[in-house]
Amino acid sequence: MAKIKFIQPDGTEQTIDAENGLTVMEAAKLNDVPGIEAECGGACACATCHVYVDEAWVDKTGTRKSMEEDMLDFAFNVRDESRLCCQVTVSDALDGLVLRVPEKQF
Amino acid sequence: MSATSAANGNQNSADQAESTSIETDVVIIGAGPVGLFAVFELGLVDIKCHVIDILDKVGGQCSELYPEKPIYDIPALPIVTGQELTDRLMEQIKPFGAEFHLAQRIDQLERQPDGRFKLTTDIGNSFLAKVVVIAAGGGSFTPKRPPLAGIEAFEGTSVHYSVRRIADFTDHDVVIVGGGDSALDWTLALEPVAKRVTLVHRRDEFRAAPHSVEQMRALVASEKVDLKIGQVKTLTGTGAQLEKLTLHLKDGSEEELACSALLPFFGLTMKLGPVADWGLNLEENLIPVDTEKFATSEPGIFAIGDINNYPGKLKLILSGFHEAALMAQEAHHIIYPDKKLRFQYTTSSSNLQKKLGVK
Repeated sequence: MAKIKFIQPDGTEQTIDAENGLTVMEAAKLNDVPGIEAECGGACACATCHVYVDEAWVDKTGTRKSMEEDMLDFAFNVRDESRLCCQVTVSDALDGLVLRVPEKQF
Repeated sequence: MSATSAANGNQNSADQAESTSIETDVVIIGAGPVGLFAVFELGLVDIKCHVIDILDKVGGQCSELYPEKPIYDIPALPIVTGQELTDRLMEQIKPFGAEFHLAQRIDQLERQPDGRFKLTTDIGNSFLAKVVVIAAGGGSFTPKRPPLAGIEAFEGTSVHYSVRRIADFTDHDVVIVGGGDSALDWTLALEPVAKRVTLVHRRDEFRAAPHSVEQMRALVASEKVDLKIGQVKTLTGTGAQLEKLTLHLKDGSEEELACSALLPFFGLTMKLGPVADWGLNLEENLIPVDTEKFATSEPGIFAIGDINNYPGKLKLILSGFHEAALMAQEAHHIIYPDKKLRFQYTTSSSNLQKKLGVK
């Protein structure tokens, strides 16, 4: 179990309890986090679950694999700390994770 | 490179063959798994179909979003990929000779005085059908619009999501954004006619075919094309005419660029599209139907699969298959009002086996 905080572009914060083994996208959808669209349902095929990982957490969330890197070409305002959260798996190590939701997925 | 070969990317449409006009029993809108299985169920009751899809391939989301991903909830197929399911459906419906019209979108649907429906696609093909089956899933796959302030005002005039005529870009300051085949193909195709082509991509790696990437690199090396690694930040123009844009470059600097034509290639997203304009009842972008015939509020128009809604609806492929079977019964009543439909099994009916070509 991990507590994950989502920060919206307007500063609104929402902390969810995410079950280990789910993807962060799935946990966000289960908790109705606004702005995580996940149009393809987690197939790494749409780039609409784009989030910015808080600097302090970049190392712990791991690196982007090539499929995710390619798919990020379809996201907007991609930054070094950009991730598609369907490609990040929840674990105890991510307890306290802070993610920022972009202005718009598209 | 010709317009047609450059258009092989799935978000472009270039000059097409002459427009056609077709009379048929049924037009199915959407070539996803449910639209494909509707061909089967309609075929069993002697109804011939034309299938139209905006993508340039059949399979809908199965082939566009998850061709390699396994699906685990298709009855009797413990595991099947999106592409395999599509391929198997295509094999299953082969005996019924449905005709496919791909890479086009039905823009208009109007009832004719004789009760039939006239459907017109965005490239000018038209169909006259007794029954319309909407199996459009999550809607039309349409190019993503970058969330840049004011972009809507420039669309159609200076912002384009596809290229219809290369000549339209003659002497323009063209900026192409993206790193896939569409972006690279059009960079190569427009370079000879444009005043200047600038390719903008967020990283110095490209998903496009290696051969196109090499050609692009050669044009950059000979200073015929500019390559900028970064992202578009703002657009400026007068009215519908784009004049310049600012780029936020990878190294942190900003740059202003003259731009009279912008081609952003950020992939596809599903939008309900023209279905909303056909006079059907809609609830939250879904089409309400009954659960006996899957009929919409317009007699003769059915909606099956993810695009419909009814109490208890589950957006599962298997639900869509069931809906197709029941819809076909009612479609038969409309198309053959005087014929009695006798329920038969494919396992035992000589008649059905003949239609399937196995007897």
